[in-house]
Amino acid sequence: MRKGRIVKVSGPLVVAEGMSGSKMYDVVRVSDKKLLGEIIELKGDLASIQVYEETGGIGPEEPVYSTDEPLSVELGPGLVEPIYDGIQRPLDLIKDLVGDYITRGVSLPALSRKKKWKFMPEKKKGDRVTGGDILGEVQETSLVVHKIMVPPDIEGTIEEIKKGDFTIEDVICRVKSDDGLHKLTMMQRWPVRIPRPYKGKLPPHIPLTTGQRVIDTFFPIGKGGTACCPGPFGSGKTVIQHQLAKWADAEIIVYIGCGERGNEMTDVLLEFPELKDPKSGEPLMKRTVLIANTSNMPVAAREASVYTGITIAEYFRDMGYSVAVMADSTSRWAEAMREISGRLEEMPGEEGYPAYLGARVAEFYERAGRVTCLGSDHREGTLSVIGAVSPPGGDLSDPVVQATLRVVKVFWSLEDKLAARRHFPAISWLNSYSLYTADLRDYLKKEVGEDFINLQRDAMRLLEEEAELEEIVRLVGLDALSPSDRLVLEVAKSIREDFLHQNAYHEIDTYTSLKKQYNLLKLILHFYYCSKESLQKGASITDIEKLKVREKIARAKYIIEKDADRITDLEREVEKETKAVKNA
Amino acid sequence: MQREYRTISRISGPLMLVEGVEGVKFEELVEVELPNKERRSGKVLEIDRDKALVQIFEGTAGIDIPTSKVKFLGKGIEFPLSLDILGRVFDGLGRPKDGGPRIIPEVKRDVNGAPINPYARNYPNEFIQTGISAIDGLNPLVRGQKLPIFSGSGLPHNHISAQIARQARVLGKEEEFAVVFGAMGITFEESEFFIKDFTNTGAIERACLFINLADDPAIERIATPRVVFTAAEYLAFEKGMHVLVLLTDMTNYCEALREVAAARKEIPGRRGYPGYLYTDLASIYERAGRIKGRKGSITLIPILTMPEDDKTHPIPDLTGYITEGQVILSRTLHRKKVSPPIDVLPSLSRLKDKGIGVNKTREDHADIYNQLYAAYARGKEAQELAVILGEAALSEMEKLYYNFAEIFENKYVSQGEYENRSVEETLDLGWKLLTMFPTSELKRIREEFLAKYYDKFKGETL
Repeated sequence: MRKGRIVKVSGPLVVAEGMSGSKMYDVVRVSDKKLLGEIIELKGDLASIQVYEETGGIGPEEPVYSTDEPLSVELGPGLVEPIYDGIQRPLDLIKDLVGDYITRGVSLPALSRKKKWKFMPEKKKGDRVTGGDILGEVQETSLVVHKIMVPPDIEGTIEEIKKGDFTIEDVICRVKSDDGLHKLTMMQRWPVRIPRPYKGKLPPHIPLTTGQRVIDTFFPIGKGGTACCPGPFGSGKTVIQHQLAKWADAEIIVYIGCGERGNEMTDVLLEFPELKDPKSGEPLMKRTVLIANTSNMPVAAREASVYTGITIAEYFRDMGYSVAVMADSTSRWAEAMREISGRLEEMPGEEGYPAYLGARVAEFYERAGRVTCLGSDHREGTLSVIGAVSPPGGDLSDPVVQATLRVVKVFWSLEDKLAARRHFPAISWLNSYSLYTADLRDYLKKEVGEDFINLQRDAMRLLEEEAELEEIVRLVGLDALSPSDRLVLEVAKSIREDFLHQNAYHEIDTYTSLKKQYNLLKLILHFYYCSKESLQKGASITDIEKLKVREKIARAKYIIEKDADRITDLEREVEKETKAVKNA
Repeated sequence: MQREYRTISRISGPLMLVEGVEGVKFEELVEVELPNKERRSGKVLEIDRDKALVQIFEGTAGIDIPTSKVKFLGKGIEFPLSLDILGRVFDGLGRPKDGGPRIIPEVKRDVNGAPINPYARNYPNEFIQTGISAIDGLNPLVRGQKLPIFSGSGLPHNHISAQIARQARVLGKEEEFAVVFGAMGITFEESEFFIKDFTNTGAIERACLFINLADDPAIERIATPRVVFTAAEYLAFEKGMHVLVLLTDMTNYCEALREVAAARKEIPGRRGYPGYLYTDLASIYERAGRIKGRKGSITLIPILTMPEDDKTHPIPDLTGYITEGQVILSRTLHRKKVSPPIDVLPSLSRLKDKGIGVNKTREDHADIYNQLYAAYARGKEAQELAVILGEAALSEMEKLYYNFAEIFENKYVSQGEYENRSVEETLDLGWKLLTMFPTSELKRIREEFLAKYYDKFKGETL
């Protein structure tokens, strides 16, 4: 093992000499406390190392041990349910080992070496396999069947494959290839900074339904797509991320708490086991991988956490699953990059961020996608990435926001103004966009309703008209508007309050299926069409504004999923009442 | 035996470079002896081969290059702890300031602490009644939360935080509590106000004060919040007390941090503050909370004055990203003699939903605050509209909202500095206000609660 010597310590950055022969991004152990670090710059025999743990008490002359391996994650059964820090150390086991505070130099394997998993082979002796082929399955949790795959770079004939209970280190299969015999276990290791390979990429064509009306109906994200939600503090970024982690119809959720609050992770840890998956009725935790590197944990590990998370997600994608990654917040990741870059005395780009910020952000989001996985069965997997961005003061000209917007296809613009009015989710319907609407149109028409796209368009037009009319009202007052304009205002308000507004903490309102979303929107617009007709026949707008059925429309979102058809029944009431309005 | 160095090669601002050192560690505590025998303390900020960069807490005035002696103490900054710290006053570095005896330590702790394992945290969910309607009703505080007060110069933030310290209690429980107070760069009058208030209520015996006044060394402030939390962690997690930490004024702390960063010629971030300000603040704020299986808790109320009342200034901005909400004070309300002048709309408590409801406050609490918010927001809009068009141009409904906003500010938000309202009173007050509206306007309240409460409070006088 190569051994160097520390010459400089400055916060999370350590410089060591005698390191020639090391490679960029190799993992090292710093000092006899064995702190984990990664080489991020080489100069002669000097190596700059970002250390993933606190460096207090470390000084020159102390040793640095090279491991000659890049920072990697362990992939295999046991990934779901535990909570990891940014470099995949299991926090639950760390607590058992060292207590309530994270002390330094703790080293624990990410996956349990003792636990036995029941392996059911799908291949048999003599089968020809290539990288990515599924050897067999392990029922990891009640919601996740963990597929054991041939590592990407191996191809050959199975000499032996076992069945039964094994640990992740036991050999379950031997594959003979041209370059020798490979002993395969249920675990793979993969360097986090290198994307896992796949055969080919495809455009997303199915929406990732989230149960959030403003997202699914107006700004949908496709499975395999990318989205970002920038917003100032208090605008509800984290609540949106939590809602998506809870309700998105992905098979695996990877939640990365990157430099955010400790209590938020605790919230996830305590709440998710209680929440039931709307489809299977099993606890949501059974499909969730959690990575927590809270704001007070070492900054370099925060930098690594998003890579750790996305590599785990890619691994599940490779099994043919739809996976969604929530990263909260990518700004903290960028700040960690900035801090390390500053300590390296690199020439800064905008706002002190390194010049490679844009490239790193783009690389990260590009790891999302709908892909044809490796393996001979051409299965498809999707990896969607949803990143929260926390721009200073909510200012969208922030370099991290701009770098993100250049690559992501969906933009949920969170606004302070809406949050202050307690309009949640505070996603602006005027500024947000989704570039997937065209890709998803066919699916929505077929699965939800032929006229869904039209309803969506009409509703959006009303909201835009409202914004224009409000300008006029501000100048000349409401009375100056024509009855039809006043109707537009009333209906737009109804769309805002009765459809877009959604209470994440209300037991029914927290999740709305696509079908119910369609029914609700149709009801509100039906009221618009009917009232418009009555208006044209001379009905009084003040009487229409006071119709009783409007309160029922407002409460329609609280109708439970199974009674979603009752919403359609309300349409008849709308017709009856609007027809009965007397002329002005 | 520690070696003494006389190899200072450069002194600039709060920093000092010592050369030819051996075995020095990062963040090690340093002691400097001046030519006049005075001793100062500092810590190692960076160590590059045999050169150590040291930050001096008490300032570098009087330190010279040829004769000053430097000693590296082989440990970080520690604070001696025992229950005797209660009732005592310390300086910003944790040295007794009240003329009392030295603390005989039960344990000594490194002031930097260690990060709480997120897995070991317990979610804060115990409602704290502060007796202030704008907080209890609309932005409830829970045990283990960090809720800052964003204020401006000249606003009564000190009075509000003292009122919270005075009135805060958990419903139906009598438990051991303590207040740990950290003052950074505040004036003598402000510090006297707190000490007097604590003395009058008898809270002083359960309090532990760390005072760094405006004329105390500025760099010392960098250590103050860390010492404060070392004391708080000890009282909460080892002695099982419920600790309320008050830190005032975080703006001064951040400025001290900026001073050091500037002296190190670091690349500045926004407004000259260092790029790691977020991480640094988080390492302080995140020490609050609750831990599974331990009795005590740390609730944090940091106070900061926003330069030019600007919420997007880096200090309030980054604080807001770490804390679980914020209470914002408004100059307009203060001028209108609304006391406390809490600006309800931009204020927020993120942990409210877990702390309220059945068995905690009352089942209708969440619906009421949603409705009050929505109604007040609409009332504010109506007021703006009225400014442009005149009151006469408002529709019937808008006028109702207009009046509501006025009454809401004067009756609900406004209360006396010594008025302690129970949460029941606050909730009832909310209902009395909301019955101004017909039920069709109260869309955010569940029908069952409308049925239960609306008629009961309809027509009651405020």
